Amino acid sequence: MTTAAVKPASMAQALQRAMRDAMAEDPAVHVLGEDVGALGGVFRVTDGLAKEFGEDRCTDTPLAEAGILGTAVGMAMYGLRPVVEMQFDAFAYPAFEQLISHVARMRNRTRGGMPLPITVRVPYGGGIGGVEHHSDSSEAYYMATPGLHVVTPSTVDDAYGLLRAAIASDDPVVFLEPKRLYWSKAQWSPDAPSAVEPIGRAVVRRTGRSATLITYGPSVPVCMEAAEAAAAEGWDLEVVDLRSLVPFDDETVCASVRRTGRAVVVHESTGFGGPGGEIAARVTERCFHHLEAPVLRVAGFDIPYPPPMLERHHLPGVDRVLDAVARLQWEAGS
Amino acid sequence: MTVQELPGAASAYRPTPPPAWKPRTDPTPLLPDPEPYRVLGTEAAAGTDPELLLRLYAELVRGRRYNVQATALTKQGRLAVYPSSTGQEACEVAAALALEERDWLFPSYRDTLAAVARGLDPVQALTLLRGDWHTGYDPREHRIAPLCTPLATQLPHAVGLAHAARLKGDDVVALAMVGDGGTSEGDFHEALNFAAVWRAPVVFLVQNNGFAISVPLAKQTAAPSLAHKAVGYGMPGRLVDGNDAAAVHEVLGEAVARARRGGGPTLIEAVTYRIDAHTNADDATRYRGEAEVETWRAHDPIRLLERELTERGLLDEDGIRAAADAAETMAADLRERMNADAVLEPMDLFEHVYAEQTSQLREQAAQLRAELDAEGEAR
Ligand SMILES: Cc1ncc(C[n+]2csc(CCOP(=O)(O)OP(=O)(O)O)c2C)c(N)n1
Repeated sequence: MTTAAVKPASMAQALQRAMRDAMAEDPAVHVLGEDVGALGGVFRVTDGLAKEFGEDRCTDTPLAEAGILGTAVGMAMYGLRPVVEMQFDAFAYPAFEQLISHVARMRNRTRGGMPLPITVRVPYGGGIGGVEHHSDSSEAYYMATPGLHVVTPSTVDDAYGLLRAAIASDDPVVFLEPKRLYWSKAQWSPDAPSAVEPIGRAVVRRTGRSATLITYGPSVPVCMEAAEAAAAEGWDLEVVDLRSLVPFDDETVCASVRRTGRAVVVHESTGFGGPGGEIAARVTERCFHHLEAPVLRVAGFDIPYPPPMLERHHLPGVDRVLDAVARLQWEAGS
Repeated sequence: MTVQELPGAASAYRPTPPPAWKPRTDPTPLLPDPEPYRVLGTEAAAGTDPELLLRLYAELVRGRRYNVQATALTKQGRLAVYPSSTGQEACEVAAALALEERDWLFPSYRDTLAAVARGLDPVQALTLLRGDWHTGYDPREHRIAPLCTPLATQLPHAVGLAHAARLKGDDVVALAMVGDGGTSEGDFHEALNFAAVWRAPVVFLVQNNGFAISVPLAKQTAAPSLAHKAVGYGMPGRLVDGNDAAAVHEVLGEAVARARRGGGPTLIEAVTYRIDAHTNADDATRYRGEAEVETWRAHDPIRLLERELTERGLLDEDGIRAAADAAETMAADLRERMNADAVLEPMDLFEHVYAEQTSQLREQAAQLRAELDAEGEAR
């Protein structure tokens, strides 16, 4: 038996590999965006694709997000499978009109006659010391739009598997890439890529009995670390990585909460009107009789994303998660 | 400190001058003629194909009748809204007829006639305006994109589709229609820029009908004409009399042919006028006078073509009546089918949100099913 060489690889490389494999398998897959060609994207996620597949398959577009997504709509109408890169979270906003008014609803308004298999890759979230407009977590906006899938990986494996699934999906997928995890190392072999991960399934990253941390994307490593730290205090925490925000895996999440009886939702986007409110409500509606305490949220503050010199105060870290876990010792009236 | 004062710089400093700047494209051939191109009533008319003119005429008459009928249907509550293109039929019809079957049309909400002239069932073309949730037709089957309501957003779609077709080696052209107001939207700019940079086989047709709801063109743009905007993108701009069906057809035909042979996009401004209000819900007397409307009525696209055809002996009383009768038959059929109550299936609302229903949607569909069943029992 030979052991395949297991090389550490980054999430950025896994994403790049996913696009490369998809492009090699299916000539309909086209990558387009700002600086995706010779430069390989500002995060180098599309590195080498233009060289390997030509500029017609990996295209540097003019600098116009609505134009990028709008032309992708037309390309998909003609049978292509565009994968578009939005350079940074906050620069996807000019494309919202196309995303919401057309991408999300073309299948619906044509009664299935015109599905749009578009993947919109959005590097998102903070923690990289970006100046303003480079650290937004915009997932709630996407989640609020029927017709879009919204997924976000937290591991190198999932980055590959979920991006393959997104590109293969006949529906539009907003693929949120936690940019502070782009370079985090993990054991993963580029020669034996992981399986394509079906969209819509959460995964239990760590099993535990005393409470569930429900989280996704950049907050998963934070929760894993918090779970380790809490173990010292006698808390046996389960960590559920949602992976897909839409569709939402009620089954996995609720099964976990029913087992543990307590839950904290952790994410770095704002709390008010944020994904946590929806998740807490769903869990409460479905698991009320199993709950020993209210479902708590640990989120970013309700402020514009702070400047890099202060962002550590905004981002929910291990301590804030542990504080919330302590508050799960809830007594009626407290 | 100047360069000369830099220590030892006086003799050593020999900057290479930057390369001389020159425009990337000679703007002269891109500029539109300041006078809208006309055929009817000019010498050029003699060279036009009688068969084409007769076909245009029949479609214009049918289109006018369609506008009148659809507007009447709004008054009867059969249509939720109708943006009439009365006065603009020449643009609608000539645009549709300039395309081959394999080409694509990207219409705005006002362009039902173009879709119908392209062969779409008149009732299907009204599905969205009737208040249903879907387009009523399969865009791929007819190569007509869904009528687009958000302004100018269909323009980048046309560019993307044309670009994709060219990448696949198909000689397909996309025609994208937009109003004068729509040219102020960012998507207009982005679409034209993408099309020019990619040399995509797209024709942009702006129907300048004078108003965006109530706002006149003067408050919309300071450009000499909307066709002038083409120069900034590096594509030719053409200005045409939008009420002259022969001229519109010729200019569109040239642009389509140019796009098809790889010559890239064209921006065409058709100068026309919206005779009716913006939609049945609008009161046009608040922003324009009847005298202005009368001037344009005198320049009616159907009359212009009719005069040409009768003067050349190609059309007589019988021919005029035949066209009117055919239009009347269409209108009667439209009336009859639109007067039949639409049968909508509420459960369809959940069918096409995703390729596969999510568990959330399955739950909600079950809820609505139960509500419908309960309603059924109550009845
Ligand atoms: C993005 C957007 N903003 C506003 C509207 C509302 N609206 C509908 S039609 C219209 C005027 C459009 O004028 P124009 O582009 O000249 O086209 P016309 O109606 O004259 O054919 C407006 C403002 C819209 N449909 N989409």
